[in-house]
Amino acid sequence: MISERTRLAVLEEEFLPVRAKILEIAASLDRIQRAEGEGSRDPNWLQIQSALETLLEDQAGRAERVQMLFSRPYNDQWRETHKHSTS
Amino acid sequence: MYYIDPHIHMVSRTTDDYETLAKMGCVVVSEPAFWAGYDRGSVDGFRDYFEQLTTFESRRAQSYGIRHYTWLCINAKEAENVSLSREVIAMIPEFLDRPGVLGIGEIGLNKNTKNEATVFLEHLDLAAKTDEQILIHTPHLEDKYQGTRMILDMLNDDRRIDPTRTLVDHVEEHTVRHVLDSGFWAGMTLYPVSKCTPARAADIVEMCGPERLLVNSAGDWGPSKPTAVPDFILEMRRRGHSESLIRRVVYENPLQFFQQSRGFDFEPPEASGATAATAI
Repeated sequence: MISERTRLAVLEEEFLPVRAKILEIAASLDRIQRAEGEGSRDPNWLQIQSALETLLEDQAGRAERVQMLFSRPYNDQWRETHKHSTS
Repeated sequence: MYYIDPHIHMVSRTTDDYETLAKMGCVVVSEPAFWAGYDRGSVDGFRDYFEQLTTFESRRAQSYGIRHYTWLCINAKEAENVSLSREVIAMIPEFLDRPGVLGIGEIGLNKNTKNEATVFLEHLDLAAKTDEQILIHTPHLEDKYQGTRMILDMLNDDRRIDPTRTLVDHVEEHTVRHVLDSGFWAGMTLYPVSKCTPARAADIVEMCGPERLLVNSAGDWGPSKPTAVPDFILEMRRRGHSESLIRRVVYENPLQFFQQSRGFDFEPPEASGATAATAI
């Protein structure tokens, strides 16, 4: 629906905030890499890499896809799993 | 513009917050029962909490011209203690006819465990038997998607549950359509770090439309902003959206949802002859 603003108008509004957020992410990644020790195989690091790749996809719905990337998948057999769990 | 915050934990906020909310045009708050930051040890702890929600808190709000309503339950974080949960669920009917009680909430899931699901279902049964409306908490972060889908499965399994009298809260981009497509109301919670931001909530309104969508601050004892709904209003205005669209999401939608509760006796300011607030 309903946003009557042009793409260029939105881009102009969003440019500086997006620039600032990208710099924050860049600095965070640098901070992680400057720290000592291993971490390049850590699941959280790999998730971040996948999320960054998602941002570069040329298709709307990035926010939803990033959300799904950071989500446990839905198990439609959850009732069976709970029936046998002891929690 | 008058607005309603349909989910805010005022017991955790100061009286100064009530004053700020009133200045910003807030006319109604609704407060679901939630986790105190520690697990309560007995049913009497909950009885005292419900007493506070249904008496003192409504008086504190009223002194700033704000109507305070509430929802009762034992929350998902404490649902691992099933025997205590059952004692609380059995005690809740003592309070259901108190003024200002809108229904059962915020029930739901936290870590999507078997005990949480058991207690959620027993709350649903109570709501169905007492004809109460329902307000539902969905889990955080990586557990939200699975937990929301489980909650919808359980709601859809029970034919006594009326989707038009049930609000599923804390929706985000990956869960909002599942909730709306099943016919339920959906709440977007505006939090500084987790959940939604005012800009992303405005995006969701643009993508999904305003029908059955609410926004709330869920202000509580953690990092949260009780004035987050006015932030959303400003974001919508900044994008050029009409006052009628904004008013629908922040005022008319919660009003329509709450009016289905027998405990909702709010008289809209326009009906009482007051002029519209212009604070924001």
